[in-house]
Amino acid sequence: MTTAVETHSEHELDGHGHAGEHSWTDKKYVMVAVYLAILTAVEVGLSYLHPSFAPWLPTVLLIAIMIVKFVTVVLFFMHLKFDDKWFGRLFWTGLILAVVVYCAALTTFQFWSN
Amino acid sequence: MSELLETTHGDLPAGTVHDDHASVEHDPLAHTSLGLSNNKLAMWLFLGSDCLLFGGLISTYMLYRGRVQRGPNPNELYNIKFTSVSSFVLLMSSLTMVLAVTSAVRNDDRRMRIWLCTTAFLGSLFVGAQVFEFRSFYLKGLGFTTNLFGSSFYTLTGFHGVHVSLGVIMLLSIVGLTLRGKIPGRKAEVVELIGLYWHFVDIVWIVIFTLVYLIPS
Repeated sequence: MTTAVETHSEHELDGHGHAGEHSWTDKKYVMVAVYLAILTAVEVGLSYLHPSFAPWLPTVLLIAIMIVKFVTVVLFFMHLKFDDKWFGRLFWTGLILAVVVYCAALTTFQFWSN
Repeated sequence: MSELLETTHGDLPAGTVHDDHASVEHDPLAHTSLGLSNNKLAMWLFLGSDCLLFGGLISTYMLYRGRVQRGPNPNELYNIKFTSVSSFVLLMSSLTMVLAVTSAVRNDDRRMRIWLCTTAFLGSLFVGAQVFEFRSFYLKGLGFTTNLFGSSFYTLTGFHGVHVSLGVIMLLSIVGLTLRGKIPGRKAEVVELIGLYWHFVDIVWIVIFTLVYLIPS
């Protein structure tokens, strides 16, 4: 019981459960935004590439970069990296459920073989 | 309950216990079983469920984007340079939103309002670009019922546009409420909740931009 109360008290310190948010300065957020902008520029560049030796390569790289950008925004801008694990559990559960359900649906429609 | 109070107030003078009861009444976190904000928990639950909505719309688009019996196909319509600029605008609005949240946490109301207005402006710019894009597609012969590609494209990007528009309305509302000093609940948390919604809209666009525009059909 004591542990539970102590844990609650930690969350109540700033009212949000942001364990390390205050250590992040505006400059760090700007750096994350610059990093995301560079990734977007790389994505756009990749969309114009059509290598004959590996036509699938731009698609694989684009999906990889998309995932990196997605996770970066969720972890740093949405503070999931610093926040309580419960918030992450709710979000990732919904996201993973959506990906699995719709990948299964696309498979039944033979999307991948087309 | 008494054990809880003992642990919480064990090191405090007797007089302060009563004061803490008063603060507990005003602290919504003290009444939640997880010690977390119910509002924030609900927002994350909503965002998790919204993943299912957009997942359905994106997978429907992926299935139908090649079904062009008549009318223009995606490769004839998309202007990647134009959409890249509007994507960049939305991405930067996430930065201004997070700066608004940090300003709210620091109780810097003036900066918070500036960043919120900047975010609303960038969001409006994105919606304006989307309206311009829809108009140009329509003029090139792609209506909502022209083909399955058109229906799924307009539904997906239209739903996203509605989300952005609602976000802009929420941002401007919160600016108005802070100016009047009538913000409900704790200011930093309210701004953070709207921030979560706004970033979600951004991450959905990150997926749409790649899967719909950049990956060839």
